Amino acid sequence: MIQNAVKSREAILALAILAMTGLIATRFPGFIRPANLANVFNDTAPLIILALGQMVVILTRCIDLSVAANLALTGMIVATINTVAPDIPIGLIIAIAISLGALLGAFNGILVWKLDIPPIVVTLGTMTIYRGIIFLVSEGQWINAHEMSEPFKHFPRATIAGLPVLSWIAILCITLFAVIVARTPLGRAFFAVGGNPNAAVYTGIDVGFTRFMAYVFAGALSGLTGYLWVARYAVAYVDIAGGFELEVVAACVIGGVSIAGGIGSVAGAVLGALFLGVVKNALPVINISPFWQLAISGSAIIIAIAFNARAQRQKGRVILKTAEHAT
Amino acid sequence: MSETAAGPREIPDRLSSPIQRLTGSWETLLLAVAIAVFFVNTMASPYFLDPWNLSDATFNFTEKAMIGFAMALLIISGEIDLSVASIIALASTAMGFAVQLGFDTSALVATGLLVGLVCGAFNGALVTGLGLPSIVVTIGTMSLFRGISYIVLGDQAYTGYPSSFAYFGQGYVWWVFSFELALFAALAVIFAVLLHKTNFGRAVYAIGNNPTGALFSGIRVGRVKFILFLLTGLMSGIAAICLTSRLGSTRPSIAFGWELEVVTMVVLGGINILGGSGTIPGVVLAAIVMGMVTFGFGLLNVPGIVMSIFIGALLIAVIALPRIWRRISKGTRA
Repeated sequence: MIQNAVKSREAILALAILAMTGLIATRFPGFIRPANLANVFNDTAPLIILALGQMVVILTRCIDLSVAANLALTGMIVATINTVAPDIPIGLIIAIAISLGALLGAFNGILVWKLDIPPIVVTLGTMTIYRGIIFLVSEGQWINAHEMSEPFKHFPRATIAGLPVLSWIAILCITLFAVIVARTPLGRAFFAVGGNPNAAVYTGIDVGFTRFMAYVFAGALSGLTGYLWVARYAVAYVDIAGGFELEVVAACVIGGVSIAGGIGSVAGAVLGALFLGVVKNALPVINISPFWQLAISGSAIIIAIAFNARAQRQKGRVILKTAEHAT
Repeated sequence: MSETAAGPREIPDRLSSPIQRLTGSWETLLLAVAIAVFFVNTMASPYFLDPWNLSDATFNFTEKAMIGFAMALLIISGEIDLSVASIIALASTAMGFAVQLGFDTSALVATGLLVGLVCGAFNGALVTGLGLPSIVVTIGTMSLFRGISYIVLGDQAYTGYPSSFAYFGQGYVWWVFSFELALFAALAVIFAVLLHKTNFGRAVYAIGNNPTGALFSGIRVGRVKFILFLLTGLMSGIAAICLTSRLGSTRPSIAFGWELEVVTMVVLGGINILGGSGTIPGVVLAAIVMGMVTFGFGLLNVPGIVMSIFIGALLIAVIALPRIWRRISKGTRA
């Protein structure tokens, strides 16, 4: 029953995106040229990658509002490393970005796991702390294109088989997460913890540790996106991706990931991100001021949760008492 | 996230003595911190202890604290409103628009209050009517309300407010006491009475501790929550009037990021983020502490963003420390 609802919701979303694209295409056929669609996908790639990380966090009944700040901090640090030591190979830069991001995510995770602090408070706090640290690292200075080495900037834009590396990385992340979420014990634990933390404890799942891992995943992806973002736009400063955390949450919510935990899918998160990406790229084409974007994504969030809430009406009966270790 | 604290609550055999309760309370600790901050600031800068400087410093917190009072009640009842800063933006934009239509000052005030109420009613209807989680609803309306301001204003700004409108943000009641400070004090008293001395206030606590229990004891949970959202919207409207009057102009980015500062202030004031406990005096003290710290840092030329690190760390520390403390004290007893 619930499985069907989830499937149909993704189908509805996919149809909505197709209908929207089709509608735009009737007036502006150029919009559905393969090259333009590839462009839209590439432009949405950072949002897709972050939405995957946010999805697993939300699945465990938590939320991560620090992803954009994490992205900006990691981006600033790898850009600084690049200006100091331009010879460091890209592979190592990416490894640094991912581990640094994972470390920042782990800090969130530790606070949620070991101190039981509500996730929203933790990540609201770390969001401002990480942003502040960028200022301390950079002393408010920008790192501009000419200070970055050529390979550093070129990597996400290099094309393989017609698609930029940025798009390929997004596809790789989607595949990886599809496997992790559906085929590994940890992936199933994300659902179990969000669906019913008490039952999860009784089945031998460490609820706190599972949440911690979700934050580490979200952090690692933010770190990766941090490098890609800075390299793609060839600039790093304190405010990059400001407010992007809400867009990421919006992508998840639109994609049918339940904020109450336990419900969601990789396909949903990706479609939710694509929905926002198509809207964002279509607005200038159909001659609507980009200032409309904020209000449109706000309305999309509200409509999406109203839809999701209907699907979640039928709840199971509580047959187990509260387990002591679950919160 | 709105998780209800389902764990077993410990009920002591007997209550601690009033003096013990007073000295061990969060509010006493905050008062000590406020006094300490005051002294450190006085030592650090010779310009701190000037009545007019101190009066200026109060503008750092009065508007945020007005919203904080209503937010405190909302959080005690187990909900949250992250759209408050966006309500300010929308109310301010509406007032700017009204100026273009030639409204006078009293009509401008009415516009601001009305927009606040409508926004609050919208949040409240979505949360209580449709039964949606308040955190996502208000993340959505946060984009929506500010988005409407952006649609109306784009990269423009509204100015040209009538001179009599300036009183709300720039006027003084007596000597160094500004209109905003007087309003802050009056609202503090009103909210303290509302929360601590009325049936409505008891209902708010009851709902925060156990919504189902509250429902079965005859409290109209949905209605109380709806009123709280209305109240939060109204207070945001009042804050919008003060802020717009003080700045004399409206941009869509007005009060950006204030929702975080208001929540931080409320949590720092000892309101339990999971609902069920906290006091208005705590919020008042937290507002003063945050205002004084910001002002002190400002006098010492500390950049704003470094202050935000401090505020973020404060938010986490304030919640983490009691938990660590409880764990240690439990460990020694066991």
